[in-house]
Amino acid sequence: MAVKTRTREFKWERKHLLGLRELGADEITYILDTAAGFEQISRRAVKKAPPLRGKLVVNLFFEESTRTRNSFALAASRLSADVIEFTKKDSSVSKGETLLDTARNLEAMGIDIVVIRHGAGGAPTLLSKYINACVVNAGDGYCEHPTQGLLDAYTIRKLKGSLEGLKIAIVGDISHSRVARSDMWAMTKLGAEVTFVGPPTLIPPKVDQLPVKVSYSLDEVIEKVDVINMLRIQFERLGGNPFPSVREYSHYFGLTVDRMKRAKSDILVMHPGPINRGLEMESEVADGRNSVILQQVTNGVAVRMAVLFLVNQAAAEAAGQV
Amino acid sequence: MKILLNAKQIDGILDKLAGRIVADRPDNIKIAVIGIRSRGEILAQRLAGRLSKKIKGGVPCGTLDITLYRDDLNSPKGNTQPKVRTTEIGFDIDDKIIILVDDVLHTGRSARAAMDALIDLGRPKAIRLAVLVDRAGREFPIQADYAGYRANAKPGKLVQVLLKESDGKEQVVVE
Repeated sequence: MAVKTRTREFKWERKHLLGLRELGADEITYILDTAAGFEQISRRAVKKAPPLRGKLVVNLFFEESTRTRNSFALAASRLSADVIEFTKKDSSVSKGETLLDTARNLEAMGIDIVVIRHGAGGAPTLLSKYINACVVNAGDGYCEHPTQGLLDAYTIRKLKGSLEGLKIAIVGDISHSRVARSDMWAMTKLGAEVTFVGPPTLIPPKVDQLPVKVSYSLDEVIEKVDVINMLRIQFERLGGNPFPSVREYSHYFGLTVDRMKRAKSDILVMHPGPINRGLEMESEVADGRNSVILQQVTNGVAVRMAVLFLVNQAAAEAAGQV
Repeated sequence: MKILLNAKQIDGILDKLAGRIVADRPDNIKIAVIGIRSRGEILAQRLAGRLSKKIKGGVPCGTLDITLYRDDLNSPKGNTQPKVRTTEIGFDIDDKIIILVDDVLHTGRSARAAMDALIDLGRPKAIRLAVLVDRAGREFPIQADYAGYRANAKPGKLVQVLLKESDGKEQVVVE
């Protein structure tokens, strides 16, 4: 579908991408427009372009991740940057080094961009105050996962033309989901109406302060929405007993073939991955014709290329003005 | 501001360029036109239209965005930020003669970037450079194969091609 892009003069000025909450709709749109220009690089003979040649990107991951880490590494290398992988397991973090010491040591090696994932909310923001390199948030605590929010918005915009006026449900463990928060910011800023859906135990307590609707019944919203984003049940984060059993959760909040029969015929089915097949979503739905899950992964690389390119551009401009 | 070319002259120049490109074309090799965003894109479409009338089977036309290949990305000057746009080339460039189209040939840096961008897409038989206006000020060893108009503009002067699709009027000016 043809996407309406902006033409008015706009200048990207952020050398860090810490979250989507602080971004304006024009900034989000600009990232998505830029990402469109990066998409074709991954499809052509030479899957590489030179804008970050000679730049050093560090993947600084204090939490497990395969998809996001690889996606960032791929994005960086397709822009010709060099990439250093730095994970908690095999670093001196496990020897007691603090976040800032780790970062300062990396900076002494001449890094240009830090892509950071951290269990503590706000860690990327803290880091950005103490180092000169660009900081890109790849997930912090339960706060934000901005590139996931951007790639979800990008995928929807590409397939639906615009997010304006769309009804979007985000279903599952909202409380522990930084994806839900970044999605919410990106989607509502671009004009969509977002509903959080899940059992009351998995909806955050101060949800009334967020720009969303809330529903405790998937059956109530399934017929109305244009897009449904099924979050992964993150067993590693769940404390207590938020639902009686996995079977009961599936029964009420799983996206089943039966529920899909009541959905709009052109509904987009999304999932940030990795999927617990049979739990939040039945296999037939995950692999069905409405599923855009693999397109999300593909678009993620283009969106991350755009983010790395833009923060580097802003840093270069800031350096040039001294 | 001085007007160097008006709409009618631009039209005539494109006719002549198309004629020369057709005359030079070897019989057994396909040609394609690729314009550099943004005004090269418009000129490329006009050239491809003219060439398609003269060459059986038509001439494919594409658009190249060279932003990622610019040599000034890390040493930005001025207030205009380079904006990445899409490259739209819906055909295989391998073994074709590519007519690379831009509005003004000045320093040669855009043409250099465009050539690097093109060879990341494939291996054309040849790349030929066609420009509406050729002006002095080359910084790279690059020359046009097809130059529509040679402008005498002193260094520091801006030669601008204005086209109705992008600028609402059709003329070449120096200021």
